[in-house]
Amino acid sequence: MSGLLGLAARSAWNRRGTLSLTVVSIALATLLLLSFERMRTDIRDSFTSAVSGTDLVVGARTGPVQLMLYAIFHLGGATNNVRMDSVREIARHRAVEWVVPMSLGDSHRGFAVLGTTPAYFERFLYGDRQALAFAQGRAFSGDLDGLYQAVVGAEVARRLGYTLGRQVTLSHGSGAIPGAEHADKPFTVVGILAPTGTPVDRTVHVSLEAIEAIHLDWGGGAPMPGVHIAPEQARKFDLAPKQVTAALLGLKGRVAVFAVQRHVNEYAGEPLMAVLPGVALDELWDVVGVGERALLGLSAMVAVVSLAGLVAVVLAGLNERRRELAVLRAVGAGPRHVLWLLAAEGALVTLLGAALGALLSVLLVAAAGPWIQARFGIGLQLSAPTAAQWGLLGAVLAAGFAASLVPGIRAYRLSLADGLSPQG
Amino acid sequence: MIEIRQLRYAWPRAGHDVLAIDAFEVAAGERVFVHGPSGCGKSTLLGLLAGVLLPREGEVRLLGRSWASLSGARRDAMRADHVGYIFQQFNLLPWLDAVGNVTLPCRFSSTRRQRAAAAAGDVERAAASLLARVGLAERDWHRPAAQLSVGQQQRVAAARALIGAPEVVIADEPTSALDAPLRDAFMDLLLGACRDAGSALVFVSHDERLAAPFDRRVSLPALNRVRAEVPT
Repeated sequence: MSGLLGLAARSAWNRRGTLSLTVVSIALATLLLLSFERMRTDIRDSFTSAVSGTDLVVGARTGPVQLMLYAIFHLGGATNNVRMDSVREIARHRAVEWVVPMSLGDSHRGFAVLGTTPAYFERFLYGDRQALAFAQGRAFSGDLDGLYQAVVGAEVARRLGYTLGRQVTLSHGSGAIPGAEHADKPFTVVGILAPTGTPVDRTVHVSLEAIEAIHLDWGGGAPMPGVHIAPEQARKFDLAPKQVTAALLGLKGRVAVFAVQRHVNEYAGEPLMAVLPGVALDELWDVVGVGERALLGLSAMVAVVSLAGLVAVVLAGLNERRRELAVLRAVGAGPRHVLWLLAAEGALVTLLGAALGALLSVLLVAAAGPWIQARFGIGLQLSAPTAAQWGLLGAVLAAGFAASLVPGIRAYRLSLADGLSPQG
Repeated sequence: MIEIRQLRYAWPRAGHDVLAIDAFEVAAGERVFVHGPSGCGKSTLLGLLAGVLLPREGEVRLLGRSWASLSGARRDAMRADHVGYIFQQFNLLPWLDAVGNVTLPCRFSSTRRQRAAAAAGDVERAAASLLARVGLAERDWHRPAAQLSVGQQQRVAAARALIGAPEVVIADEPTSALDAPLRDAFMDLLLGACRDAGSALVFVSHDERLAAPFDRRVSLPALNRVRAEVPT
């Protein structure tokens, strides 16, 4: 058999053109499978890392998924608001370390506007407890000087081309109704956040007081006729928020989380609910994770197609090799040798292809990872293969070897039937 | 050396026999010319002699052993040890040089390897001396077979069939792709080299002009008791 190995290698080298095509097609299939899997897990990670370091999210009573959707992902609207009194009341619970109220509902050119306190920029964590960082500028000041200051997320700045000092106006609601603009009270961009790969990137942040100020002369979702309060006049009003949409809660210790959750859920003043973000995000992922399974199915099909290609290439090459196999038979090689020869070649080709594909996927993540992070907010990790990736790699190898047995067995049967004359 | 007794052979899934030979022998060192028109079963007969095909009935013996009594792997080993085979054409692995092609049987048979080494010192030198014997110029020894002319390739094939002095050399119309001067030169080489090696030669051809130098000539249609089918 060892003598055969050298022959197999030289024969394969002689057909390196066709074989390298097969290697490349297996490499591409492996690359697709591995990067799909990498993306799948990393998208999931990006998703579940939308918020961390927050122990509870508090809002008006609704479903946990719904609350997460509007409080964290700024999608859809809240059915009810939370009175600011209630938020202050909850903040007084002895286990609560901090509370960041959030007021949503307005938008700026399709991006959500979040009214909050400057503490948000310190308290809000994402991913693996990473804090928000400013790419440029600083947070709004939180007092009357900072009333018309705004901090924009990375994607807002990039897509709209915003730089520090830019004047922006907010729209009432989702911005769908023409004329529902808070055009009389423009904001100045004072800070641009670094990319996070979370909904923060797509958010314009202003102070809670600013939200109050732009709605002073509004009522029932439209400007009040005959009433106009100039931006400077607005500073003289009481801008303390009466109600907010939701609040993020940080606790002094994780142990109290269920006690505080119960405290909020049983709050007598109004119907409220508190959810654990991690649990709710998992629930939410179950809803949106259908696409993930579609992705997985797609990559399985890609693998099947390229392995079918491998079988086709080897089978097509078999006819041109019938003479070669007949020569080997005539000098004493048995059908077993022929089978072994073809199987060894197939296994080697599959191994090379899979290794090349794995290498390419690493290179791809290394080369395109930062770009994908900046562009799509998906943080691709350059890490050791996951168990699922090892599984996929193993599946490619097993399937490739099995596929190479098909032509091997065909050659075995041909060499039995042909005798020594391949023309037959 | 070779004995055929009451042989009946039908191709798999064919309803009728193509060969029916009651008795045929080849003695050690004997050179036998088997002739017959195309399609009379010559290649099939050679497949049976080489143990690649097995008879439906009767037996084919090589060195006293019936092919049918051996396992597939033993048949392969037996063929590698004792039979040299030459095709009409395309005898060589095109990507291997002449010397590599000649030494091929030694990769599968330790008997042939030992005999070749005993004769010339080592396998490579045995190949070289055979290539010299069949008249291949030394500058062509290390060229890939694909670059050799058809005549050169057939000479390399003859050298390969003879390396390690197998008891039997089987040649299946090895001159059919050669023109007259090349053919005659090849016949001289093959017969002479077989005599030198002491190998028996079973040479099959439709060209009866080649028969003269052989010890014996046999007509396959006369030997075969299945009448050749007349095309309708």
